[in-house]
Amino acid sequence: MVTSSSLVYLIGLPLFGATFLLLMGRKADKWGHLFATAMSAGSFALGVAHFLAMTNRATEERALTQTLFSWIKVGDFDVDAALLLDQLSICFVLLITGVGTLIHIYSISYMAHDENRRRFFAYLNLFVAAMLLLVLGNSYLNLYVGWEGVGLASYLLIGFWNQKPAYATASKKAFVMNRVGDMGLSFAIMIAFATMGTVSFEGVKEAVERAGTPALTAMGIMLLVAAVGKSAQFPLQAWLGDAMAGPTPVSALIHAATMVTAGVYLIVRSNFVFDAAPTAQLLVVIIGAITLIFGAIIGMAKDDIKKALAASTMSQIGYMILGAGLGPIGYAFAIMHLLTHGFFKASMFLGAGSVMHGMNDEVNMRKYGALRKFMPITFITFGLGYLAIIGVPPFAGFYSKDAIIAEAFNSGGVKGVLLGSVALLGAAITAFYMTRVMVMTFTSKARWDDGTDPHESPALMWLPMVILSIGSVTSGLLLYRGDALKNWLYPLFDHGDHHELHEELLPHSVVTILAVSMVVIGVTVALLKYQFKDVAAVAPTDVSWATRFARNDLGQDAFNEAVFMRPGQALTRGLVTVDEVVIDGAVRGVGSMAVDSGSTLRRTQSGYVRSYAALIFVGALALLTVIWVVTQ
Amino acid sequence: MLEIATPEAILFWALAPLSVVAALGMLLVKKAVHSAILLAWVMITLAIFYIAQEALFLGIVQIVVYTGAVMMLFLFILMLVGVDASDSLVETIKGLRWIAITAAVGFGGLMVALIGRATMGRSYVGLELANADGNVEGIAMLLFSDYVFPFEVISALLITAALGAMVLAHHQRANHRPSQREQAIARFRTGSLGDAAGLPGPGVYALHNAVDVPALLPDGTPAPTSISATLKARGDVIESANFQLDVVDPTVKEEK
Amino acid sequence: MNPYNYLYLAALLFTIGAVGVVVRRNAIVVFMCIELMLNAANLTLVTFSRLNGNLNGQVVAFFTMVVAACEVVVGLAIIVAIYRSRRSASIDDASLLKR
Repeated sequence: MVTSSSLVYLIGLPLFGATFLLLMGRKADKWGHLFATAMSAGSFALGVAHFLAMTNRATEERALTQTLFSWIKVGDFDVDAALLLDQLSICFVLLITGVGTLIHIYSISYMAHDENRRRFFAYLNLFVAAMLLLVLGNSYLNLYVGWEGVGLASYLLIGFWNQKPAYATASKKAFVMNRVGDMGLSFAIMIAFATMGTVSFEGVKEAVERAGTPALTAMGIMLLVAAVGKSAQFPLQAWLGDAMAGPTPVSALIHAATMVTAGVYLIVRSNFVFDAAPTAQLLVVIIGAITLIFGAIIGMAKDDIKKALAASTMSQIGYMILGAGLGPIGYAFAIMHLLTHGFFKASMFLGAGSVMHGMNDEVNMRKYGALRKFMPITFITFGLGYLAIIGVPPFAGFYSKDAIIAEAFNSGGVKGVLLGSVALLGAAITAFYMTRVMVMTFTSKARWDDGTDPHESPALMWLPMVILSIGSVTSGLLLYRGDALKNWLYPLFDHGDHHELHEELLPHSVVTILAVSMVVIGVTVALLKYQFKDVAAVAPTDVSWATRFARNDLGQDAFNEAVFMRPGQALTRGLVTVDEVVIDGAVRGVGSMAVDSGSTLRRTQSGYVRSYAALIFVGALALLTVIWVVTQ
Repeated sequence: MLEIATPEAILFWALAPLSVVAALGMLLVKKAVHSAILLAWVMITLAIFYIAQEALFLGIVQIVVYTGAVMMLFLFILMLVGVDASDSLVETIKGLRWIAITAAVGFGGLMVALIGRATMGRSYVGLELANADGNVEGIAMLLFSDYVFPFEVISALLITAALGAMVLAHHQRANHRPSQREQAIARFRTGSLGDAAGLPGPGVYALHNAVDVPALLPDGTPAPTSISATLKARGDVIESANFQLDVVDPTVKEEK
Repeated sequence: MNPYNYLYLAALLFTIGAVGVVVRRNAIVVFMCIELMLNAANLTLVTFSRLNGNLNGQVVAFFTMVVAACEVVVGLAIIVAIYRSRRSASIDDASLLKR
């Protein structure tokens, strides 16, 4: 393992930016955004330098480590605060700092009129630093710090406009639901510590063979819980839609491109655990499959452009989780989809932000329409992202998503057929709802409110969108061509005997044809429904129960409320009662018992010496009686 | 069981009931002085018993130290505190007397029963051998060999106690003691002029001029302040009316 | 004569002394009752000395007398001190600890 002393600056630059801007206060208002952007860009440049250096090294020497300090040293248990930059981390570093920097640039303009822009940039920098720590940590404990850090940054940024109670509530909701996942991660760390005595990736990887399957399954499930919480997967998905309360760049960076994919990273990083725990791995694919359909269905019903995109994010991460759950054959594709998704989803979110910017912050797509003519650049960049996400060749999503669908089919047996069908169905639905978004926003008839003056956004905003859309066009091909990413990541995963197990159910070309035809069906239906018919400017209310159910996020909030919140409240109330009656009662009881016994015994304390003497006399009598009885 | 009465038995059966009676009397008499005298009697009885039990030295010490010194101390303090402080025998703490008597009956009964059980059928050694060289010599032997350290310790205790008693009994004046001159000035400054001459002296006319008879005021009533409070409390005051002359009848002419 | 009789006598005197401590209110009388109890104990010691045929009991009785003397000296000094501040030799009056 090669050591390096410059890894810390990857994190250090944005962390310094965040600290500096928060400490400087209003003094930094004028240039804070530029400073933060510079920090992020510096980190990106460093990441690129590391990447270039890495490509020049031999495969087995690519990973870099840096030990910062000895963090926890208790007996045999020794955790260093150390960083690890390997082939997997560098993908994330580039994605985080690259997309992050673009979004910093975008935000300069987007947040120009917000008086708290400096604080916003400080939080963005904080997020970048925490996310980098998450992907660079060399142990679960270091990862955990970053994990919590991004949770904090996400909380701060969702609630950035916390003067609106609904937004503040949304941030709290995201925070609380993330806690459930965080608990899973902490349990996973505890299991690793208890059964393997180590929490570093290296150590756990080596200890996997020694650890029993039950422990690994438990750890795998707990890691999955963590991933589910952070990546808004079923059943902890409810926070993502509300997280759209944050400024749009935040939605683009945190709740589309990077943070929500941390769950995928965690699963891929823990590949050695999941490979050894088939039950946990099966759960991973099940969760992924459920979520990709779940998110897609919600996406069909949403009129809020950001919420539709959020539902799509959920669904796309479902694909990644599905891919990651397929084992060594899927990890690379999960990461590939993650990277391409980072491009096209960020591009679309920024596009949505641009639309909102030009439409007086209107988010309801039923109030859009015909924006193609007014926002050509936004239309083009958004459209490229759209083509990428629905999987039209040769755009990015085509390669990554098709690969996952194909591997799902190839995972063998009934499972393979089921997963493949679900993934295909998801692709069709994705095509439908993304076309719906596209059509309702850009190509259908205008349905604006009076006084709306749609206009293209300034260059500082469309430039990042252009760059990202270029990424969404090319990244798929670049990563897929010659199995570039697969080979890049290959040394990280244990491919063992999986090759024999997996037989090809369907050839890749058949899957591609199937997938493309599903996309065509989806797009056609959407076009028929929205392009060639008028879209109501107000959401129709006489809709089927299914639509209503989907609009209500498939009852996720009602479910959470009924299953978790109400019993939780009841439990809390019960505990308060128990606290008041039993615990306080015991405490007060002890007190009043002491007082009562004291006031009772006080009567014997007359203060008269003679009564004390009498008591002694009686005591002596008792003693004599005892002697009498004993010597009987 | 008939036993020939030895001199010691006669002594015991003569003196033991007396000592018990004296002890009970201690509890029942009203005046502390009487209690002290009764206690002295009990102690003398015990001293006799010591001597009868071949503890000559202790018997003498009992009389000299206890009956002599300690009892004198008691009497001295009684004098100091006030012989007049006669005890009321009415119990003020409810039920205490009954508790005491019940406990005493139980205690005494159990003690006697236990002693009976413990000494049943035992013989005793007697001090003929131990006192072979004389009782005082025997005790001295022990005191200055085996018990020399306790002896020294107890002497330290005695000195400490003497010192402690002095400290406790020492009366630190809180304020300046007024001199005679100051008292005289204060008498004139404060109070009525009637008190200025000091308290009236006791005594009535020439018939009975004594400290236990109050003086008469000009209007013929006895002056309470002319009698010592101690005498009054003790009830040793003689009414001055006893000595008052018959009312002079002005109509009666003195006979020649 | 049976020397055990002295033990019975001592027990009786001790009991009477104990009752006196409880019943009498005059501090000086109480003290005298305590002396009575100590004397009763001394009598048993002297008697035991005779029963066992050595002089240890008498020596201990001697020590008891000294301790009793100390106790009387200090105790009476306390009584005098209390009397001085309270003008009373009744031990019931010195019951202020209750309040």
